[in-house]
Amino acid sequence: MNISHIPRTEKIITRLVQAAGYLSILFVALISLFLLKEATPALLNIKLSNLFSTRWYPIETYFGILPLFFGSVTVTIGATIIAVPLGVGTAIFISEVAPPRLTIGILKPLVEILAGIPSVVLGFFGIIVLSPFLRITFNLPTGLTALAGSILLGWAAIPTIVSVSEDALNNVPQSYRHASLALGATPWQTIWNVTLPAARSGVLTAVMLGIGRVIGETMAVMMVTGNAPVMPTRLNAILSPIRTMTATIASEMGEVAQGSDHYHVLFFIGVTLFLVSLIINIASYRLTYRKMKRSERLLS
Amino acid sequence: MVNLALAWAEKYQNVKPNIRISVTGGGSGTGISALMNHTVDIANASRAIKPEEIAEAKYLGFTPIEFVVARDAIAVIVNPANPVNQLTLEQISKIYKGEIKNWKEVGGEDRPIVKLSRETNSGTHVYFLETVVRLGNSKDPSLFSPDTLLLPSSEGIIVEVRDNPNAIGYDGLGYITDEVKVLAVAKDANSPYILPSSDSVSDGKYPIARNLYIYTYNEPQGEVKVYIEWLLSSEAQSIVKELGFVPIINSEVLSGDQY
Repeated sequence: MNISHIPRTEKIITRLVQAAGYLSILFVALISLFLLKEATPALLNIKLSNLFSTRWYPIETYFGILPLFFGSVTVTIGATIIAVPLGVGTAIFISEVAPPRLTIGILKPLVEILAGIPSVVLGFFGIIVLSPFLRITFNLPTGLTALAGSILLGWAAIPTIVSVSEDALNNVPQSYRHASLALGATPWQTIWNVTLPAARSGVLTAVMLGIGRVIGETMAVMMVTGNAPVMPTRLNAILSPIRTMTATIASEMGEVAQGSDHYHVLFFIGVTLFLVSLIINIASYRLTYRKMKRSERLLS
Repeated sequence: MVNLALAWAEKYQNVKPNIRISVTGGGSGTGISALMNHTVDIANASRAIKPEEIAEAKYLGFTPIEFVVARDAIAVIVNPANPVNQLTLEQISKIYKGEIKNWKEVGGEDRPIVKLSRETNSGTHVYFLETVVRLGNSKDPSLFSPDTLLLPSSEGIIVEVRDNPNAIGYDGLGYITDEVKVLAVAKDANSPYILPSSDSVSDGKYPIARNLYIYTYNEPQGEVKVYIEWLLSSEAQSIVKELGFVPIINSEVLSGDQY
């Protein structure tokens, strides 16, 4: 087709779409550059023994980011343990077990409502209901703990995990299930041994995206984890207060003097978060990519 | 204190629409050094001016004039079910430093103490660190114990103290609701235990209270003078109360203290 035959409006629209695409790439690049530029002075001005210590008290120049990093890790692991079985289980139920009328009419809208709950509302629920419940149930000094954060974030991650793994399950060819059932396998044996393994990479992508959602979540964790920068050393750290990287940035960036060491350290924490998210995204991208190659192989 | 200054400036727009007041935050030191450069007419400060700052001002050829425009008291609060009614400053300091870990050490039940604080960016946090945790000794390097819960809002502290019989917290007097119990505080073991109130703050008996100051570049003139007189009026002082600070009851400082 000769390009001159395309109407002018068409060309303009193509250019606009192209510009939008390039602009978003440019913005991401600029944001990364800005983050790095603001974070590097932290490495130059602050002793590494201080930066990688376990005491965070920035207004007196204690800049140990380790408790914050491991605080985020603790909450994320807890949330993953809660969200993955529930999320994948819900996805299996929606895609394999539930009758379509129930799925379309009730289950899917419910999952969407869950996805739409603002995290500050989750946090409010956490303060008023969840935290007193945890304190009384486990006989803790306080319910504002990593566990409270994990439960709320697990909740927040479930919709992501459900919708992505449900898509992966739906993409498994119907012939797989028919073949398995024809060989005499029960419906559950078919789900566990055929459908789920066939959708494995999609489900893993869902889990990775869920983790990405959890580690970046701010408001709900800030409200329920107590924000005490204690280094989680023992296994029962999940039942103690912790402070995450996101909550630290959110609560301290507003008042910090621009250009101070504290300011640069907050950006350094931002870069750390950025790298963690990047690694998670690359990992989930790799999983998706491998899935494509395998399906191609199957089809050939 | 920047919230108070902003609220005043905003209200003053209704009183005198032709006067523009711009307010900048950054802390008491920022305000006073801006006064030194005379880039501002008025500096707000939640601490008194330091002798070296007065000396610098004299060297630069002006006299800062001090006005006390409001007072700020910090109430120490516990759960209503907690039998403890009073603490000395030193006991509160030891609790927040993590040296006293159980309520039975200060006459309460056998319960762990859960310490609540505002975030480190709050002026209340810094004031509590200096006045209570360090007992006013500026050379004392003590810090809050790392397991002190840092809550982002006053509401968070009130809710946790209301629900949790292990908790101790502090906050500006104006934020305290009657769902929590306010403790009487003594300067030391030999002093009387005082509950915070407008009266005990105004007469200086309650130990965790401070003045909030305004400094002007020389004796205020013209519109600045009118504004400062307005700050001490009942209209401006009612804003003080709304924001949780203690108003100046008798406007005894119209003339200003000269250094």
